[in-house]
This record gives sequence, C-alpha cells and structure tokens, in this order.
Amino acid sequence: MGFSSAEFYNYLEGKKFMGTRCKACGKVYLPPRPICIECFSERMEWVELSGKGRLLTFTCISVGPSFMVELGHDRKNPYCCGIVKLAEGPQVSGQILGVNPKEPEKIKVGSLVKVEFLKKDEGEKKRYWLGFKVEG
Amino acid sequence: MPKAKKLGREVAIVGVGMSKFGVFPDKTTRDLFVEAFQDLKQSVDKGFDPKEIEACYIGNFTSDLFEGQCHTAPIMADWVGQIPKPATRIENACASGGIALRQGLIAIASGLFDIVLVGGTEKMSNLPTEKVTDALAAAGDVLYETNCGLTFPGLYATMAKAHMERYGTKAEHLMKVGIKNHRNGALNPKAQFNMSIADIMRSKQEKARKEGKPVPQWEDEMSFMKDDLGNPVIAWPLRLFDCSPITDGAACILLVAGEIARNFTYHPVYIIGTGQGSDHSLPEREELTSLRAIKEAAKQAYEMAGVGPKDIEVAEVHDCFTIAEIMAIEDLGFFPAGEGPKAIDEGLTGREGPKPVNPSGGLKAKGHPIGASGVGQVVEIFHQLRGEAGLRQIPGVRIGLTHNVGTTGGSGVVHIYERRD
Repeated sequence: MGFSSAEFYNYLEGKKFMGTRCKACGKVYLPPRPICIECFSERMEWVELSGKGRLLTFTCISVGPSFMVELGHDRKNPYCCGIVKLAEGPQVSGQILGVNPKEPEKIKVGSLVKVEFLKKDEGEKKRYWLGFKVEG
Repeated sequence: MPKAKKLGREVAIVGVGMSKFGVFPDKTTRDLFVEAFQDLKQSVDKGFDPKEIEACYIGNFTSDLFEGQCHTAPIMADWVGQIPKPATRIENACASGGIALRQGLIAIASGLFDIVLVGGTEKMSNLPTEKVTDALAAAGDVLYETNCGLTFPGLYATMAKAHMERYGTKAEHLMKVGIKNHRNGALNPKAQFNMSIADIMRSKQEKARKEGKPVPQWEDEMSFMKDDLGNPVIAWPLRLFDCSPITDGAACILLVAGEIARNFTYHPVYIIGTGQGSDHSLPEREELTSLRAIKEAAKQAYEMAGVGPKDIEVAEVHDCFTIAEIMAIEDLGFFPAGEGPKAIDEGLTGREGPKPVNPSGGLKAKGHPIGASGVGQVVEIFHQLRGEAGLRQIPGVRIGLTHNVGTTGGSGVVHIYERRD
C-alpha cells in the first residue's frame, strides 16, 4: 500500500484517521509522508492516530469558499476552523465543532478536541475533510 | 560560521514602472503590463532602447484561474516587443514578484545577461469574490491546509489569534496598521485606495445621503474600524479593512549589471542583499506567530548586504493582512518578537517615525495584484531612495528593504537596496 494522500483520504472515507511513522527514527507524520524528512529513511508504516488533541488557534469565517457557501455558511452563519496539536505530536487543520462560531470570544485556545469525519456530496464532487469537536 | 554568500557581480535598478492599481473591467494582464512598461520607459533618466533587453522574468500567480490563460510570460514579453528573447514566468503565489526579481538578479550576477526586464502582473477582478476566494485558497496546501474550509483571511486570522494569545495583541493594533497604511495610500496617486479611512467614512456617508438612507455616524477612524457595518468581520478576528483588496495591476523593473548602470541613470539603486526561504504549510509549523521562511530570507539578505535591521531607513513589507505587517516588523528584526504592537501604538512605523514601513500604502491601500505586488514594492523603494516619492517622501533615505511573502509564509523573499551617488 502506498504512502499517498489518496490513501489517507481513502482511510478517512472508512473513518480511520491515519498518519505515517518512520520505522528508523520513530517520527510520526501527518500529512502522511512517503519518506522521513528528518532521517530520510524510506521505511515508513501507517499508524492509526488517537484523534485526540488540543486547539492551538482558530478563526470564525464569515466569507467562505464555494463548498462552505453551498453548506449554508455566510456572514449570518459563520463556521470555525482551527489548528490542532494531536496527542501523537503532529499538527493539523480542521473544522472546529461543538462551539458557537458567532461567539468567538468564548472559544478557548487549549481546549481538548476529538476528531470527527466530515463529508459532503457523492460522486465526482465527493469531499472529505477533518473536523475536531471540542469536548466538554 | 559559513562565509556570507556574495553576488558574482553588482546589479542595479535603473528604472521602474507601475500601472495604476485598482479594478479595471476592460483591461487584461497584458494591457496592465504594457501600461507599467510605458511608465518604466519614462523613468530611465538617460533613456534606453527596449531592444537592449536580453531576458524577461515575470511574476504571475494564476492568470490560469483568474483569466483562463497559462504560459503568461512569453505573452507579456511579446506585448512589450521582446520576441524572440527568453521569457520565464515565476509562480510562488504572493511572492512571485519578489522572486522574479531575485531570478533576474541571479541571471545578471551570473554573467549570463547584462540587461533584464523583471515584471509582475495579475488581473483578479474578472471573477466573483467567492471564486477569487477559491483561487486564493489554491495557493495554500489544498490537501492539508485549506481543505477543511480555511480561507486565506482565515489562515492569517489563525496567526492573528495565536499572536493575541501569546503576546496580548489586540484587534485595535491591527486596525492601527490599516489606518496608517490608508493614510499613506491617500498620498499615492497609483494606489487602489487613494483614500484615508476618514475619506472612506465620508464617502460612505455621502453615498447614504444620496440614496436617502440613514447616514451612519462614526466618531473617528477607530470607531469606524470597530463597527460591524462599516468594517464587517471576514474571518474573526480579521475584518474587511484588515484584508488587502482584490486588485488588477502590473509593475516592472529594468535591472542591469552594475558596471553599465550609469549609462542609464545618474542615480542607480543597487541591490546589496537578497535572501529567500521556504516553510511547511501553516498547520505543521512549531511557530505560529512568526514566519520562518522570512527570518531565513532576512538573515541571508542582511549577511550579504553587511547591514542590520537598524540600518534600514525605509521598508515595504507584505501586509496582505494587517497581522502580517506586525509579524513582518518583528521577523525583520525592526522590533523584538511580540513588540510589534507596541511599535504600532507609538507610531514608530509611520512616515514621520524612526522606522517608516509601507509609505506606498502597502498591499492594504495600494492594492494586492498578487504577482505584481512584490515588484510594486520595489517601485516604491526605488522612488523613495531617489527622493522621487512626492508627498509621501521620507527625507534623506539611502538604504531600503522589501519583504514579500508567498501564501502563509510557505515562501519568503527579502531584498536590500542602496542608493550610491
């Protein structure tokens, strides 16, 4: 099985949150990389990530790209996106759920989050992306 | 310590040109580029023959998405009479222009060419805002950065929030950057917003009056900036006037070997330092409140030039968003990390201050035609160092700097300039 982005998204389709790990130096990568960019080993393996992490920073977006507009987001219905530091080390961007994007002042950096698998449409327009839900 | 890198020979700028920046429904990239080229011809004191140009390096982000036109460089070269010479397009998103300059510089320093035309051009206003947002998102890492719905303002907003969280930066600091740059832009006839925030307030009130609508009242520029109607949120904490506009425009530079510079002008501007760096996509970075690619580029440029941040007398920095200017003045070493907001409060980066930044109005007020922006910055520095910047002239400046960022800092390029008489 290749260590490709296509494979990463295939896993997401099956609700599996996967990264790659370098067997030589142990570094975990998300995005999943096909070679280790620290020690340049090619000995990589897929590892399932816990999906748990902390919110490092965020924004609440009022003017979104086409796919978010199609989902009904606009100035009156903003959505939240952020950057999450995962328990295993890597950092990743995702949509932040379980918060009120109309009240950004109340969203706390450092909140514990858990991965959610988000999807829109079928066929050629099919799209998967990462979400993280603020816990508690 | 490794020895600082040096250019193979000296390179100087002897002329610059710029189209008006703005929204021009009837103009394409090539029309804008011709306008910039005609302006450049006027700027070469002793005159020059366009036939002497040996190669063209053209910065352009995505005429592909904006106009459905790829392979832009040979078309630009053709429109300014440069067939059959080599013409190469440089695409590093918003740093395309600055890196086109660097490629032209390297080509001359290598000895391959003596006279090079560097340009930048972008026509953005053909598409509706939603499609422009999509095209800009393509400059991000589409698989792992923008796929979740993060827009460009959104990505910079996450950096703004991180800066606020770490250093106590306030939305007011961002607003003050916008107010300053619009005051400068008001003095720049080629700026898209040739207006201060106060001018914009008055024009909105005038419009409401004419349309018979209730006339909005704002006490001062800051109360306008804080008003959800005057200045709506785009990606919290960033508002409309924290974001550079959608702009059509072009700019170009005549770059020549140092030894022939005085054949073209009495006052060449020498490029004494160049640096360029790269970085991972934003989510992967350890540091979310500064740009590593820029710190790397600045280090290279300062070392080559043999000058430090304190020697820079005027700078044009990449304020695609107001937070980007605060990070820029910290990353360039003008102020310590976290102290950019204090410098803004104290007016240190204003035209009258000790460290004038973006006297042109910056990307914020002058406009941000992506591939042209990095070249437009050089146009301002050339005029400032030669004392030709009119009402916005900073008196007596001899050493200047440009700071041009690609995407969220995935690439960065810094150049340092000196006027020698």
